[in-house]
Order: sequence, then C-alpha cells, then structure tokens
Amino acid sequence: MRIVVDWDRCTGMGMCESLAPDVFEVDDDGSLILHTEQVAQDQEAEVREAVAACPTEALSLEGPIET
Amino acid sequence: MTRLVVVGASLAGLRAVEAVRRDGFDGEVTLVGAEEHLPYDRPPLSKEYLAADESPDPRYREEATFAGDLDVELLLGTPASALDTAARTVTVGDRTVSYDGLVIATGAHARTLPGTEGIGGVHTVRTLDDAIALRAALRGGAPRLTVVGAGFIGSEVASVGRGLGLEVTILEALETPLARAVGERMGRALTHLHRRRGTEVRTGVAVDEVLATDGRVHAVRLADGTEIATDVLVVGIGARPATEWLEGSGLTLDDGVVADETLAAAPGVYVAGDIARWPNALFTDVAAGTMRLEHWTSAAEQGGRAARHAVDPASAKPYETVPYFWSDWYDGRVQFVGIAAGDHVEVVAGDDAEGGPFTAIYRAGGRIVGALAVDMPAEVMKYRRLIGKRQSWDDALALAEQRRQQRAEKQAAQQQSADQQGARA
Repeated sequence: MRIVVDWDRCTGMGMCESLAPDVFEVDDDGSLILHTEQVAQDQEAEVREAVAACPTEALSLEGPIET
Repeated sequence: MTRLVVVGASLAGLRAVEAVRRDGFDGEVTLVGAEEHLPYDRPPLSKEYLAADESPDPRYREEATFAGDLDVELLLGTPASALDTAARTVTVGDRTVSYDGLVIATGAHARTLPGTEGIGGVHTVRTLDDAIALRAALRGGAPRLTVVGAGFIGSEVASVGRGLGLEVTILEALETPLARAVGERMGRALTHLHRRRGTEVRTGVAVDEVLATDGRVHAVRLADGTEIATDVLVVGIGARPATEWLEGSGLTLDDGVVADETLAAAPGVYVAGDIARWPNALFTDVAAGTMRLEHWTSAAEQGGRAARHAVDPASAKPYETVPYFWSDWYDGRVQFVGIAAGDHVEVVAGDDAEGGPFTAIYRAGGRIVGALAVDMPAEVMKYRRLIGKRQSWDDALALAEQRRQQRAEKQAAQQQSADQQGARA
C-alpha cells in the first residue's frame, strides 16, 4: 500500500505527523516530508488514522498491503 | 441496531455517517441538516474563502456520494426541533424520525450583538451563507472594516481585510485578547501580529451601540462615548451551542450537551463536535471537569467515535484527545495543541516579544499540557505527541533542546552551501 499526497491540498497542518511520526513530518517551511511512501504492515493502523485526520483531505492510500 | 440518525450535517455529522459505513454498518442512516447546503468545509470560510476573489465550492462530498457509496438519506434545509429519548424519535419539520442510535452534532450559532438584527453591513461568520455575504461586503469598495472580538475568527477576518487593503480596527472587551485560549502572555504576543501589520487593536473596550442610518451601519459607539466610523462591521464574539431544540428532552444542557467519557448523553444518544461537553480524561488531573471544543480536529474525531458508539454501545470506549487548532493570520499560521492551563509558559524557540516566529510550551502538574507556535509549523506536532503520552516537563525541555540543535545544524548547513555558491560565483 502506497501513500498518495495531493500536494495542492496539503498546507502542512501536521495532524499526520502527530499520529504517524515515522512516516510524516512537517518541515520548517511548513511543507510535508514523506519519510516513506510504502506503508509497512505494522504502520497500517496509524497511517490510516493519519489519512483520516487530514483537515484538507490531502492524503489517500492506494493499492494492497504487502505481506 | 437498524437505524442510525445523525442530527447536524457539518463535519462531525459527515464523519459520523462515513465512519459507520466504512466499518460495514448496513442499517439505515439518516443525516439531518438545518442548512440547505451539503456538508461543507468551515475553517476556510474565515480564511482563504474570504481572501480569494474566486473560491471553489467548499462542499466535502457530492450529493451522489450520499445517495450512492454512503447510502445515506439526507434531510437538509429543516432543523430538528425536538428529541424524545423515551420514544427514540427526533422531530424534523412535520416528520418524526425514529432511531435506534442517535448522534447529536448540531454545532453552534454565532453570537450576535443585541439590536443589530437586520442592520445592513453587520456580519457574522459561521455559515457558508454568512461567508458569501461577507466576501461581497469586503469587496464593496468601502474602505473601513471594524471587527468586534479579537478571537480567532475575528483575527482571521481582520487579516483578510488588511490583505484586501482595508483600514481595519479590532475592538476587544478583554484587556488581553485570547487570554482564555492561550493565556495572558501569549495573548499579548499574538496581538503584536495585528499591530505590526497595521491593524488597530483596541482592548478593554465595550461596544455600547451600533449606529445605523437608513438601515446601514455607519459607526460603533463605545461605552466611553467614542464613535468609530465604519462601513462593514463583523461580529466575532464567539458561538453558543445549538441546544435550544433539546430543551425539555431530558438531556443535561450546560453550555453544550453534557456527556460521559464515551460521549454518551443518554442511552443510545451520543454527542460530537461543538456541542459536546465531556470529561477529557487526558486533562482531568490538571483541569477539573468537562471541556467543550470548537475545533475542526475534535469535531472530526468525535463524529466518528460517537457514531461507532451509537451503533454498538457495548464497544464504547472513553474518548480522550489533545485539542488542536490552527488559525491563519496575515501570511502566517498560529497553531495550538493541548490546553492553556497551568503554572508556567516557556518560550522554547524564537521570540514572542514582537509576535514571532516563536514556539511556547505550557506546564501543569509537572508535565507538558500545551504548545503554541507562530509561524513555526514544524514544532507543535512534536509536542502534541508528548502531551498525549502524558510526558514530563523535563521530557518537553529535552525535546526543545534537541529541536534547537537540529535547527542550528540545518541553518549551518544552509549557510555553508550558500557560502560555497557565493565562492563559485
């Protein structure tokens, strides 16, 4: 499963970072750093939470979870 | 459980119906909304929606999504008027809607100044229709905007007004704006943001009367007799929970609907969003009692939680959260996580004397309970995690030190690369 960021929508609000800090981080200029695009199985729950928590609906998930 | 009814069709209501469908709930779902509009995104209404000359429709979902994927019956345009918790029914216009599980998410109404109803040029910003009217008024060619209330909504509107080149005055009843939201010192720090952008802020003033000629506002008279001439007046003095339809329902109403830690207000009845008053277990040790939040984040979370609990009360778990809100002022961003309680505020990055950029953290009961950042978007979420895990003040100071070093290293690296480019040139 892959994280897709809609860069036009993302404004660096940071909810994703607070829920899945190994995956998402907001940089000093407010831009989003994606530490990994592929979601590992043990990250799935927190990444799903992060995607749902985005105030600008800039995050989505694509494809199956790799096992 | 066969029928979920959600009253309130804004963010919390939308997240409620989406959450249960995502979980596979196959009963009937009805979403009741007072406004004609489909659920829409509210935060931009006082920000980019006002600022841009052309703004997209802020609706979250298309009508076809409700009818199709979500299989949700929409009852829009008529507010719910009564709740009967014994019969498990909600009255909507002349319809009586039965429920097995109910989510109440009717939000809040903008507070108004008494006696200003029907006066042209006087606005509040709460609904999409409010924002449509205000964005037209701000572009009407009249130069003076006065904002009553230096809270977040008022501050955002003032920022947009300055961006459009208007002369902007903010009138605030408190000596320190936002003292309750962020504390005295940080309230003063935020006020600098206005002053350095040319917005006049008058604090400790009371509005006595709104003066109108031919039904249009032309001035505001303060309690000391001062008259402030204005073309547009925006009233941003907060919101009151939309609980009037619940009078006599048996629910406990006290500046919101009072619920338990699982958001339950009565058997089968759960609350979400601006209306919900509940004990947030994360902070009851440092701030006794219940809290009610008017934030996007909690509305989104509570909507999903309340609906899941409503369709399966046996699964209900306590809901605790680290509050988060953001506010866009001028070309910067104010972010706050946690609560502004406690005995000490420490500025851990930047300088608050001139209004930022800076980051400050709040201490209560020996731990970190809050963080505020102005134009430092990388900072608050790192503290949000510490707050959520009830980590100590020393842990927070250690993080602050680590961040200081990281920023210094980054700056040194940037300087070095700039020097190298300079040497090559």
